[in-house]
Amino acid sequence: MEFIYYFGNVFEPVAFMLLLVGTIGGLILGATPGLSPTMAVALLIPFTFHLEAVQGLILLGAAYTSTVAGGAVSAILLKIPGAPANIATTLDGHTMAKKGEGAKALQLSFLASAVGGVFGVLLLIFLTPLLAQWALAFGPSHLFWLAILGVTIIGSLDSASVVKGLLSGCIGLWLATIGFDDIMGAQRFIFHDSLGGGINIIAALIGLFAIPQVLTMFAKGRQGDGVEVITVQKHSIKDAIKILLGSKRAMAIGTSVGSIIGLIPGVGGQIAGLVAYDQSKKFSPDREKFGTGHPEGVIAAESANNAMVGPSLVPLLTLSIPGSPTAAVLLGGLLIHGIFPGSDLFDNHPDVAWTFINSMLIGQVLMCIFGLYVAGLAAKVAQVPQSVMAAVVLGLSVFGAYSVQSSMGDVYVMMSLGVMMFFLERFGFSAAPLVLGLILGPIAEANFIQGSMIASATDGVGSYFLSGGLNIILIGTVVASIIYSVVMELRQHRITNTPNEETQV
Amino acid sequence: MSTMSRTQHIIPSGIIFAVGGWITWISYTQEPAEAFLFPRLISTAFVLLAGWTFVKALLGWSKIGSGITRSMAINLFPGLVISLIYVFWAAKALGFYTASAIGFFVLLSLYDPAPHSEMKSWIKRGVITACFVAVMYGVFAMLLKVYTPREILF
Repeated sequence: MEFIYYFGNVFEPVAFMLLLVGTIGGLILGATPGLSPTMAVALLIPFTFHLEAVQGLILLGAAYTSTVAGGAVSAILLKIPGAPANIATTLDGHTMAKKGEGAKALQLSFLASAVGGVFGVLLLIFLTPLLAQWALAFGPSHLFWLAILGVTIIGSLDSASVVKGLLSGCIGLWLATIGFDDIMGAQRFIFHDSLGGGINIIAALIGLFAIPQVLTMFAKGRQGDGVEVITVQKHSIKDAIKILLGSKRAMAIGTSVGSIIGLIPGVGGQIAGLVAYDQSKKFSPDREKFGTGHPEGVIAAESANNAMVGPSLVPLLTLSIPGSPTAAVLLGGLLIHGIFPGSDLFDNHPDVAWTFINSMLIGQVLMCIFGLYVAGLAAKVAQVPQSVMAAVVLGLSVFGAYSVQSSMGDVYVMMSLGVMMFFLERFGFSAAPLVLGLILGPIAEANFIQGSMIASATDGVGSYFLSGGLNIILIGTVVASIIYSVVMELRQHRITNTPNEETQV
Repeated sequence: MSTMSRTQHIIPSGIIFAVGGWITWISYTQEPAEAFLFPRLISTAFVLLAGWTFVKALLGWSKIGSGITRSMAINLFPGLVISLIYVFWAAKALGFYTASAIGFFVLLSLYDPAPHSEMKSWIKRGVITACFVAVMYGVFAMLLKVYTPREILF
């Protein structure tokens, strides 16, 4: 119950103001199609340099929570999911809006998001310290395998192609080795002066998540948005609460599915929403109503995608393995403030850890309150033309990357990685494992070198890294995640047995 | 799968395989060897996976990814070129705010669906550009105290 002692910190003026800014800004950013939660958090990181670590994390955490919820606004009113996590919300949410129940759908979505989100953060509060203590038993070989596990699990589960996912992870791990070697001081892969200090994580994150979005918007050309905006009519919040209380099954399914999926590293909110929607439909006596504007569809999907947020931080805060791409960006945010996840975080920086987690709990409530009032404004922002959005994001990316160390080199790296990622994504590669490789690369290398030194003085490298219960469990999990993904990929290929859309230049 | 779409898979996977081969060669030939211990491990996995991806593309087994269509390439090209000029030349040569104003206005004008023949839409683009640069200046120069390279105009 240590977290209770740090509740007061959230209500300190600056911290609370940042929580409000992050929540309201996140709702608006989340509602904007094309601005994913990961990209929003990556673009916000440069703004946290001048803040204390805990303040920066509050801002990023609030933005993470509310961008996921804010994505429901455009999903319901415009039939464009603000983020992949909101895909399932469009199924019933937009149909409700077309039937004149837009306000009801929005209210249900924010209320369900808050309930799911609070449950998810409570899970984070109670599971994290236990796992963090367990992490104390980890030596260099275990930490090395954990870092590799983080890359392989996201590489295999988050990508359409297992080989391309793992290759993306390898590219990230290699990029992390660029620069001067920490032990020998040797130059490695420094092909340009900009790379002398290695690749800056924040510049890379901005480039890898923001620039491909900008180029995707350019690739759509001068098309008018042509989006039909549905006017929101008034609806009593009391009625919405009554409907929510009457939809306990959908709430329970959404919240539990979202929480479990959040705990599995690499599986994102998109899957949480869709699985919860599907399970709610299966267990509902009114399953034929799903897809026709049924409130339970919105409740299941939205409670799931927000319930996923808290648990996705459990492996991040305890074992340095982000549960989602956005959590990977948050890891970058932690590292730049010199804070390392794991027992160190809870033993040496309990104020930072608990204030951040508590702020996410309060943030869920604020997100619900503001969501109900900001939805109208967010829907207007969602209609900002893509031409404006692309130019704004490009400008923000350039300034954001430069502001990290006032270096043009970071801007060049940001742009180069962004353009490369755009083309890689077109050919089935994914940014998430690449980012994980880049972030976890130094952790993997440091522990590999340390482990090799210990091993050469004791049992030998092979024995040190490949034997012992924990090592075998971790290696087994790495192998199992890859085999599982290969089997699923082959099965999917057999079921569809139709080639993907192949296009030509 | 058509020949062209196979080519689309072969080119990027070939480039990645070549990069993989190159970094593997560097990792195994550069000294001191201790500094390249981890890169050797990574580059070996890299080149094996890249090789497999390249072979799959050659055999026409690559199915994942939607590639780039002709219309997409035509739409993308001017925006990409302007973005690259903005980042790699103009930002430093003209200064961040001047380059951003020009880059923003050109990109907005290129991709704005509003007609180019109307004076009203040009004024609107100008106003949006001015607002954007003012906000960027307010946030980065005044609030965050980020000192950007000296401007050509000030």
